[in-house]
Amino acid sequence: MPLQVISGNYAQAYAAKLARVQVISAYPITPQTTIVEKLADFVASGELPAEYIKVESEHSAMQVCISAASLGARTYTASSSQGLLLMHELLHWASGIRAPIVMGVANRAIAPPLSIWTDHSDTIAQRDTGWIQYYAESNQEVLDTALMAFRLAEHDDVRLPAMITEDAFYLSHTVEPVDVPSQEQADAFLPPYKARDILRPGEAARLGSYIGPDLYMEFRYKVARAMTRVPGVMAAVEEEYERITGRNHGGPLPTYRADDADAVLITMGTATTTARSVVDALRARGEKVALAKLRVFRPLPMHELRELARTVDRIGVLDRSYTGGLVGAAYSEVAGAMFPARERPLLRNFIAGLGGRDITPPMVETMYRRLLDGSDSEVEWIGLKERKEVTVDG
Amino acid sequence: MARLTIPAEEYMRSGHAACPGCGATLAMRYVLKGLGPNTIVAIPACCWTVIGTPFPTTVLKVAMLDNAFEATGASISGLRAAADALKIHDVQIVGFAGDGGTADIGIQALSGMLERRTDAIYVMYDNEAYMNTGVQRSGATPQGARTTTTPIREGSRGKSEPKKDVMAIVAAHDPAYAATVNVAFPEDFVKKVQKAATIRGPRFFHALAPCPPGWSFPPEKSIELGRLATDTNIFPLYEIEGGRYRITRKLGRARPVAEYLKVQGRFAHLSPAEVAAIQADVDARWKRLLDREALG
Repeated sequence: MPLQVISGNYAQAYAAKLARVQVISAYPITPQTTIVEKLADFVASGELPAEYIKVESEHSAMQVCISAASLGARTYTASSSQGLLLMHELLHWASGIRAPIVMGVANRAIAPPLSIWTDHSDTIAQRDTGWIQYYAESNQEVLDTALMAFRLAEHDDVRLPAMITEDAFYLSHTVEPVDVPSQEQADAFLPPYKARDILRPGEAARLGSYIGPDLYMEFRYKVARAMTRVPGVMAAVEEEYERITGRNHGGPLPTYRADDADAVLITMGTATTTARSVVDALRARGEKVALAKLRVFRPLPMHELRELARTVDRIGVLDRSYTGGLVGAAYSEVAGAMFPARERPLLRNFIAGLGGRDITPPMVETMYRRLLDGSDSEVEWIGLKERKEVTVDG
Repeated sequence: MARLTIPAEEYMRSGHAACPGCGATLAMRYVLKGLGPNTIVAIPACCWTVIGTPFPTTVLKVAMLDNAFEATGASISGLRAAADALKIHDVQIVGFAGDGGTADIGIQALSGMLERRTDAIYVMYDNEAYMNTGVQRSGATPQGARTTTTPIREGSRGKSEPKKDVMAIVAAHDPAYAATVNVAFPEDFVKKVQKAATIRGPRFFHALAPCPPGWSFPPEKSIELGRLATDTNIFPLYEIEGGRYRITRKLGRARPVAEYLKVQGRFAHLSPAEVAAIQADVDARWKRLLDREALG
């Protein structure tokens, strides 16, 4: 298998090509652009026989994908930050109409002030749109997950759109060795898309429609049911992918050295790699700390989170986003998931790395220190130039 | 004996949910008569969302897709892309949007679709206001018209700005074909649609769709009013092909605009001076259209 040195963005593009996407539609935004540039190359050179619709906005990009999926095409787009926010309305359309679109997102901060650097606020703001959300740690994971996302999204029991997010620049523009599956492997893993409930020329049907209070709720319930089936299908898809490629990224919440841990930090994206090295360093000093990587944010891995709550007394959640409330989004989700546990762990929230600020090993160590020392602050912003604590009572 | 030129085949069932006398309903009927069964119609939020009847019913005999309000242009680009990718060759892709969904919130997606040279037909059915939400003014509402957001009060004489010229905007994109059509002239309407069906590339129709509740006139007068719109030169019938304009209905002498205005409640407040100003504007626009046609 050829090992290639590619960026996270190219990993996205290779995944779309290996998936033999039929319709691509996109609008440029930094730092996503090299995904769609690479795809443009693939299409222009004839390597990827897809229709590529270059639109005048991200809003239109998503509508193109939705309408193309409505005729049964496998579709792909990519976006970031403001572009993703502009798409927001259409993200609801995609899941509501059950279009299994796959989208790559380079996580980027939201303006103002304008920033092109890593921050998860853009995709966290889309958590309520009915999309499956993956957060990747490496370029290999980007490629593997994107390819798996097609299979998951298109699965008959799911039929929901999925986004694969990667941290801006840390992954999008950083090259790493990536084992790119062969087309034969990809084909063996991902069969052609067999669409259901789509429009066909010459047949009377209406897709989308409008509906009264008598049935709207049932449509939403069907989406909710599909979401509950995602974990099972995802596990089966990952198993199948491992069978073909030998790689498995460990489910929605892989843990690291968590067996006998006193404190676990939950991370998303590339901060995980930093945190892993801190775990090793602290372990070497005899401190029993561990890590859990929240790889899938939608649907939230409730079962795995509760298992973690059952076995660990102190859990910290690192949010690389700020969503306007008093606590971080991942924190409140994790806390919500763990609340029904009989013995609830001590929970602490750390907000760090916004707008591309590096999350350094000392910052992560501070987080573990706060957890082990039983810090009084529920929420703490780590790495501020002038350290300020944000408390629920202001 | 008159020769029947309109296909007898219907692609719209009875039982639609439109108001009596609805022009938008006839516009869909004529578009489908001109295009036939292998048509996919994409609609945004508009009167047709409701006219098309709720789940699990549909009033059309052809496939219909609902899309976001501002995204009809993108939607038909997506449908065509999928048809090409899946090698579905025998299909007409139609976007069917109201004036608000076209001239206002959807203008960007329309412009994008025209610029991309999408092989599809975009129909703007123009009832000259946001009718589905209760008659609020749109960019396509004519000057002087009363709407619920341009009321007639001491300091307000209806809409104070002129109607947006969507055909000129479309023409600036050099479409493969563009035409105005009017439900009161079904032969001309269907003939133009049939012609458009033989052309590839972006095609556009500006369809006048009289709206009894929105314009305040009795439903049985829809066709009469539609005819007056064209015969007063307020809504001339013409087509643009290869940049050339051709007027498809020309009277020796147009009727005064007052005849059209006076039968509609939305214009009931207009003073003789205001009517005269509208007449002058219509005359100037008509002359400009004649000049364009003469350019060949």
